[in-house]
Amino acid sequence: MENKELFEQRREEATKARRKVYTHFERDLSFFESMTEEQRDEFFKGQRIRSKRIRRTRKVTKTVFTGLGLLVAIAVSILAIVPIFYTFLNSFMSSGEISNNYGVIFQSLAGNTSKGAQYLAKTPSLIMVPQRVTFKQYLNLLLMSPTYLIKFWNSLMLVIPIVAGQMAISCLASYSFARYRRKRREILFFSYIILMLMPFQVTLVPNYMIAEKLKILDTPWAIILPGIFSTFAIFLLTKYMRQIPNAYIEAAKLDGATEWQIFTQIAVPMCKSAIIALTILLFIDYWNMVEQPLVLMANAKDLQPMSVFLSQINEAEIGIAFAASSLFMIPPLLIFLWGEEYLVEGISRSGVK
Amino acid sequence: MSENKETRIERRPEVAEAKQVATPAPSETPVSNEKPVEAKVNSTESKQDEVKPAEVKQVKTEKEEPVVPVVHERPHQTKEEKKRLHRIRSFKDWAMFTGYLTPSFVGVLLFFFLPLLLILKTSFQRSSTNTDFVGIQNYERVLTNDAFIAASKNTMTFAALAVPLAVIIALLLALLLNSGLPGKSIFRSILLNPMMVPVASVVLIWQVFFSFNGVMNGWGFYKLFEDHMIDWLKSDYAQLVILFLFLWKNMGYNMVLFLSALGNIPEEIIEAASLDGANALKRFFSIKMHYLASTIFFVAIMSLINSFKIFREVYLLTGDYPYDTLYMLQHYMNNAFKNLDYSKLSAGAMIMCVVMIVIVGVLFFTEAKVDSDVEG
Repeated sequence: MENKELFEQRREEATKARRKVYTHFERDLSFFESMTEEQRDEFFKGQRIRSKRIRRTRKVTKTVFTGLGLLVAIAVSILAIVPIFYTFLNSFMSSGEISNNYGVIFQSLAGNTSKGAQYLAKTPSLIMVPQRVTFKQYLNLLLMSPTYLIKFWNSLMLVIPIVAGQMAISCLASYSFARYRRKRREILFFSYIILMLMPFQVTLVPNYMIAEKLKILDTPWAIILPGIFSTFAIFLLTKYMRQIPNAYIEAAKLDGATEWQIFTQIAVPMCKSAIIALTILLFIDYWNMVEQPLVLMANAKDLQPMSVFLSQINEAEIGIAFAASSLFMIPPLLIFLWGEEYLVEGISRSGVK
Repeated sequence: MSENKETRIERRPEVAEAKQVATPAPSETPVSNEKPVEAKVNSTESKQDEVKPAEVKQVKTEKEEPVVPVVHERPHQTKEEKKRLHRIRSFKDWAMFTGYLTPSFVGVLLFFFLPLLLILKTSFQRSSTNTDFVGIQNYERVLTNDAFIAASKNTMTFAALAVPLAVIIALLLALLLNSGLPGKSIFRSILLNPMMVPVASVVLIWQVFFSFNGVMNGWGFYKLFEDHMIDWLKSDYAQLVILFLFLWKNMGYNMVLFLSALGNIPEEIIEAASLDGANALKRFFSIKMHYLASTIFFVAIMSLINSFKIFREVYLLTGDYPYDTLYMLQHYMNNAFKNLDYSKLSAGAMIMCVVMIVIVGVLFFTEAKVDSDVEG
């Protein structure tokens, strides 16, 4: 018993020491009250100086740390943005300057793939500002080489139906999953999640099989249809719709709203940020697709999207390669600029349980 | 809750009718014995009313306020009727929500689940046309295939390196941005940019950087590793380069997830801890980590999914036949597609499917366990 008390006492002392709290003054209050203002100032001078110094050192360390943090953040940001930046800048070079600069790279890539590249005694220099800013690349790209435009069009024609279709279907399905929670539905939902987690390497095989059965192989439908029914959006949207407070839905019901009205006027508007964020994410993902066209449209090279085609640029076309790359990254970047807030909010809330 | 139900019932026309029929009951003459059996059960209340009107009234005035239980107003239903109504209502619910789900379900069934069953079947056949049952022969064939082993080894190694790195670096970046750095949202938008850019667009600039005559060698980066120039994408350093590309692309997304999770930690707790003398490290490991646990799992799972997409970079940079350490599972699958060896393909897909389910299951299980620890 005594031991315990002793222990408690010691513990309290230790805590106070740790917090640097001093409860016992040597002098009592009357001592301070008896002093005049000046005396008091004099008495506390040392303490004041000390606390000032502490404050100053703290401030300095904080500034130093913030500065270091800023440096790191800036370095990382530069690293993140430099490749994009250069692609854009280089797209304003004349093709002569480009082949002068980067020709070495593509010669070594084109010529000696089997033997391994050879050293050509020259490395390209990264140039920030082109010698002469020119839009010739873009002109060439847009007017002289229809292949690129066709590929760009192919990309659009694949991505837009997939994104629109998948969003429409997943809104409906996730509303159902969010509102009707029975055991069998939860099992189905779980299987949707597993399906979502499957990498392309697994899902491409069934997609290929069914495309072959339906005789849509080597047509855009072979990519569009599985894309529309992909479960990625359902998984995230269901998470959101489950966050809608039940009170809203009950209130709407009391007011005599039908389920369809609840869906279109409560559930969808409340998930607006998520829907926009998902639209952006899906757009980027499918704008970026490489695996699906390679497998599902292997024999229809004309219909393949730009994402596959861009890497097949050969030495002769290097003059417009940068412009083509820039053109290809403009739609997603525009969409990003338009919906960045929603995207950030959407991503943020998707991680929260 | 129950009140809501009642009001909803009242709105239904057939119920309202029933109520109208029911309301005259209390005002009827006390000779309620002659009533049909069905009504008898429910009219017991009204019967009591007539027998001792004064007493009941007293009781009512006393209780008055808790709104005369609507239950008594319930239309005269037998148990069977109630059950039937309930069944109809739950069936209506079921039908409606199934209706919402149908488009997705049909599509998923047609394009994913049924074909998966089909390939499960094919994986036990000699070939897609010859339906002889050959047992696990296909699986043996795949599992002893050198290319498959190499490909899965490379993919696994990559995932095992990339996922933890992606989580840790993104977390560090998020902590950095969250530590009161000015211009947080600007950095966030800049770091999100790489995610937006299609792989195909930046491949060109990566070539400029990493090819044998590229900028990296020009700047002398090879000196860090070896004393002669390195052909980055065709040497043992290729996985490092790809790892860098992966981190470059996925950093922003993961960081935003962590930033939001960090923003959700209640500040009081952290303040209290720092008053108690917990230093930054301790605050991080004993407080923030608990709040971040579920986000870490989410980020890990998303990174795992994305790590399988690294094939895009590899393919666009190095084509169909990359350096040995870059030979990914997708390369193997592509070649199998070209040879049209369906049974082998199916067996390969089934193996990957099972492996993925196991990995994801382990992740989910760990998460559930950690979660219960945090809450408990």
